[in-house]
Amino acid sequence: MGGPLEPLFDVEEMELSFGPQHPATHGVLRVQLKLDGEKILDARPIIGYLHRGTEKLFEQEPFNQCIPHTDRLDYIAAPTNNQGFVVTVEKLLGITIPPRAAYIRMILAELGRISSHLLWLATHAIDLGAITPFFYTFREREEILDLFEAYCGARLTLNAMRVGGLPYDLPDGWVERCAEMMEAFPAHIDEYETLLTENRIWKKRTVGIGVISAEEAIDWGLTGPPLRGSGVKWDIRKVFPYDRYDEVDFEVPIGKNGDTYDRYLVRMEEMRQSVRIIQQCMDRLPDGPIMAKVPKVLRAPEGMVYASVEAPKGELGYFIVTTPKGSQPYRCHVRPPSFVNLQSLPVLVDGLLVADLVAVIGTLDIVLGEIDR
Amino acid sequence: MSDDKPTPSPEEQPGAAKAAPASQEEAPPKPPWEDKPVPPVPSDAADDPDVAALAAGVEDAVVEAVAFADQVTVTIPREKVLEACRFLKEERGFSFLVDLTAVDWPEREEGRFDVIHWLHRFEDNRRLRLRTVVAEGEPVASVTGVWKTANWLEREAYDMFGIHFEGHPNLERILTWEGFNGHPLRKDFPVEGIDTGAAIYPDVYPQGGGPMVDGEEKEGA
Repeated sequence: MGGPLEPLFDVEEMELSFGPQHPATHGVLRVQLKLDGEKILDARPIIGYLHRGTEKLFEQEPFNQCIPHTDRLDYIAAPTNNQGFVVTVEKLLGITIPPRAAYIRMILAELGRISSHLLWLATHAIDLGAITPFFYTFREREEILDLFEAYCGARLTLNAMRVGGLPYDLPDGWVERCAEMMEAFPAHIDEYETLLTENRIWKKRTVGIGVISAEEAIDWGLTGPPLRGSGVKWDIRKVFPYDRYDEVDFEVPIGKNGDTYDRYLVRMEEMRQSVRIIQQCMDRLPDGPIMAKVPKVLRAPEGMVYASVEAPKGELGYFIVTTPKGSQPYRCHVRPPSFVNLQSLPVLVDGLLVADLVAVIGTLDIVLGEIDR
Repeated sequence: MSDDKPTPSPEEQPGAAKAAPASQEEAPPKPPWEDKPVPPVPSDAADDPDVAALAAGVEDAVVEAVAFADQVTVTIPREKVLEACRFLKEERGFSFLVDLTAVDWPEREEGRFDVIHWLHRFEDNRRLRLRTVVAEGEPVASVTGVWKTANWLEREAYDMFGIHFEGHPNLERILTWEGFNGHPLRKDFPVEGIDTGAAIYPDVYPQGGGPMVDGEEKEGA
């Protein structure tokens, strides 16, 4: 038979709703896709399924009572959320916290970062078909959650910081237990890397997928590992040091190509640097009070203040507006890193396949709790 | 207020008391954490280099400039938003929009909302805040053409406050859904929420008669 081949099936664009109930969307994210076969022509993230009005709740409560709400933003790394909020309020009130409190805060925050990156690695690898890392990473994550539990009684929603310091000191034996874990942890990171870094399938699925240039990344407001993966050396802990990050020594890892693989390498190295920070903090942990001398009822001057911390996902900022002698925020806006990072999803997946969308959602490391607030 | 007492926080554990005596041995100049906190005081920031450049580069752009807690806030007129943002990005290197949000002051005469742009410059890690007073129903220029980040942040401000951003490519609700009645972060929006059933299931919940009305659970809710 001659003549051009007739297509045997319909070649019209197909619309596909990816999520909100899909294991690879890491929560209740919905992506409205326009597909040509397997190829993505357009992707539109639809969010808001987890909106709880956190910012409205902040306006109703005294400063210290807002802290439990922050736990529920990025529920995977609660310490950095607490830290962001208390650092902002301390800036507003002009409070300096005692060094012991600052060091313990940093230990908690870095443990939270490791725990968050371990969860990211486990789910990201499962999404791309590698189930084994999950069993290893969750072994270590469990130890970190046990440490949190020993410190404050909670494993995820820690509520572990107060304006002016900390509610509790470290219990007996905690530092030794943490030191033991940190001693062993770098070898575990090597274990994960053995499974993935030079794995041919892993590289095929991640190298050159979801590429974004440094200029584009800045234009889209990316922060955290997605920005550093594109080669921008920028970390809030370095540029606007809070607590005592200016006293510890650590590197800011960056990538080169801005693809999924580089972001993976950046996060792996960040875990190693977090171990370094924790070890330095524990070596230098000073004695002394854990709470600054603050009034029982916190009253802020009139003004607006923004302060941010380097959360595992990027720059987590709190913008607080107060009225004269206000004992609660008049307005508190959260600048969630995942929200801004997710915005670039359509650019990252442009022209890729549906399977790569899963890789890109994984590499952005989003948490819907802080996107929807 | 009991400023003179050393933080009798109810959550404090016995472990904390152990650590306290060490700090009392400190020499007379008390460490800052044992002193009364000193809140920041606002000051005039008209001579800040970026503010001065903005005032010189864009006509009538600077209404007021205040420094508070090492952060400079410039109040700009509503008509100049786009021009000022362009200028700051292109001439002053503010290539990064960190945050965009709004604040509601329902009682204020000159305009109900503050729209806040929070900019960052990488070269020397400087930040600058722009504040624009917008009255209810007045549009403000969208800066999506200047920084792409603004897209979702403006949608959020529109959703939460009902501020219209003129020139936005896709100004839709983002955290609530299309058809949601009201703007949740306005001060007059009730904390306990509104009857949202009416918009989704008009046959089950007639307008104003959903499960949350008067705090009474409605039958079939």
